[in-house]
Amino acid sequence: MAYPANLRYTKEHEWVNVEGGFATIGITDYAQSELGDVVFVELPKVGAKLETGKSFGNVESVKAVSEIYAPAAGEVTAVNTELANKPELLNSDPHGAGWLIKVKLANAAELSGLMDGPAYEAYIAEKGKEASA
Amino acid sequence: MDSVTSSAKIELRKTPLNALHRKLGAKMVNFGGWDMPVEYPSSGGLMAEHKAVRGGVGVFDVSHMGDIRIHTDKTPGGALAAVQHISMNDASKLVIGQAHYSAMLYPQGTFVDDVIVHRLGEDDFLLVINAGTREKDIQWVRQNTANHDCVVEDLSDAYTQLAIQGPRAAEVLQKLTDVDLSTIKNYWFSHGTVCGLPNRLIARTGYTGEDGFEIYVPGDTATSEAVWNAMIEAGREFGIIPCGLGARNTLRLESRMCLYEHEISDSINVWEAGLDRYCKMEKTDFVGRTGLARASSAGLKRTLVGLEMVERGIARDSYRVFDSAGEEIGVVTSGSPSPTLCKNIALAYVPPVHAAVGTFLYVEVRSQRIKAQVVATPFYKRAKKTAPQAVGTT
Repeated sequence: MAYPANLRYTKEHEWVNVEGGFATIGITDYAQSELGDVVFVELPKVGAKLETGKSFGNVESVKAVSEIYAPAAGEVTAVNTELANKPELLNSDPHGAGWLIKVKLANAAELSGLMDGPAYEAYIAEKGKEASA
Repeated sequence: MDSVTSSAKIELRKTPLNALHRKLGAKMVNFGGWDMPVEYPSSGGLMAEHKAVRGGVGVFDVSHMGDIRIHTDKTPGGALAAVQHISMNDASKLVIGQAHYSAMLYPQGTFVDDVIVHRLGEDDFLLVINAGTREKDIQWVRQNTANHDCVVEDLSDAYTQLAIQGPRAAEVLQKLTDVDLSTIKNYWFSHGTVCGLPNRLIARTGYTGEDGFEIYVPGDTATSEAVWNAMIEAGREFGIIPCGLGARNTLRLESRMCLYEHEISDSINVWEAGLDRYCKMEKTDFVGRTGLARASSAGLKRTLVGLEMVERGIARDSYRVFDSAGEEIGVVTSGSPSPTLCKNIALAYVPPVHAAVGTFLYVEVRSQRIKAQVVATPFYKRAKKTAPQAVGTT
């Protein structure tokens, strides 16, 4: 799957789509494929405050629980409620319908260090090499 | 996202099929020191693999399992006496060609390991043991049979072991063997040609709660890959797919089969694990018997129960269990979504007073107490229909 050019990516495999002072956050295609079948998603409520680098929710597959970390501080303005009944959207459309939350950013500049699509692809290719070494 | 860990950097052991798993694009994990496939995205992943075994057929590489042969041709009864001494089930009841579930115990009645004992001959037994406990088991068996007239051989690396599991497993394997599989009953075995290889052990056993077979073929890569590929080819018309340890775990959990270091360990005894029916206190003495007799009169302090989550949340291994008054009373040993039942299930140790079916308990999932209910186990039981009567199995 391609990594869309309009998104930015974290080393912990979240993606961020910044529009004005707001960001949509999800997990990457690489993340969902490593997790396998997603069966449960736990997200904060609208109005919750996120702290940079702190866990704000969990994604569970059949075999594992993974925490999701906030790439920047902010306040949650929307939550993808569809995931409660259709967690598999994270597998089928991680960069689209499988989005997790929208956030009003406290400081958009916090996101300037994230990777773009090609950089993220190079990053996961390197990880793949390590794993099979 | 946490970085999802793949195989670690330490030197892991590999089965003869390791290269093939990697070529298939399997996700590999460290399982008890072994580099093993946990799921095959090319098969559709864990959920699809689980469903294939419940509804069709799947094939697992289980070559990491260990094999110990105990035999003698010098002292009649020597090998039987040794097996009787180290294993809690009654091996004298086994007919040649028959196998049973058993366990090896420490003196206090806790588990060295669980084991499948196959009677190959009058004084010839094959014990199939767990991967993570191989060295410990073999050392323990040697020590505890030292006073018996028998030979203890570690054949673990000699075999590639494949498990063909599911309601269509017999049809697949029948295409590759001259043995009439309908004559092999559940927990019996036979020897015959498999994929042109003579005298192969074919056992109607498994760890999935489904009908199926485990076969043992020479452990070189060329032979192992040839048999695996023949199995996939023969199974194509039945929708066979490679299955990994992830599905193996959810399948065994639904069927309430124990996993070492989870439901059984060196600190859990036979009564607590609820394995009474495989433990024959009335037979001749065996290691662990005295401890179990003592534990029996002391009374049961905890017992293994099945839990079904009532509220949203997934219980996982080592999560804490509370009663409705908020007292911490136990711990989850295995927990997972059940692909067959579409519920979140778990096994947990709790005091007997909380073990009645229907009791509401709470599992702590990331600091929240999630309501669960004690349910009867196994969570899943296949419909009885196979298991034909044996005809001349020797």
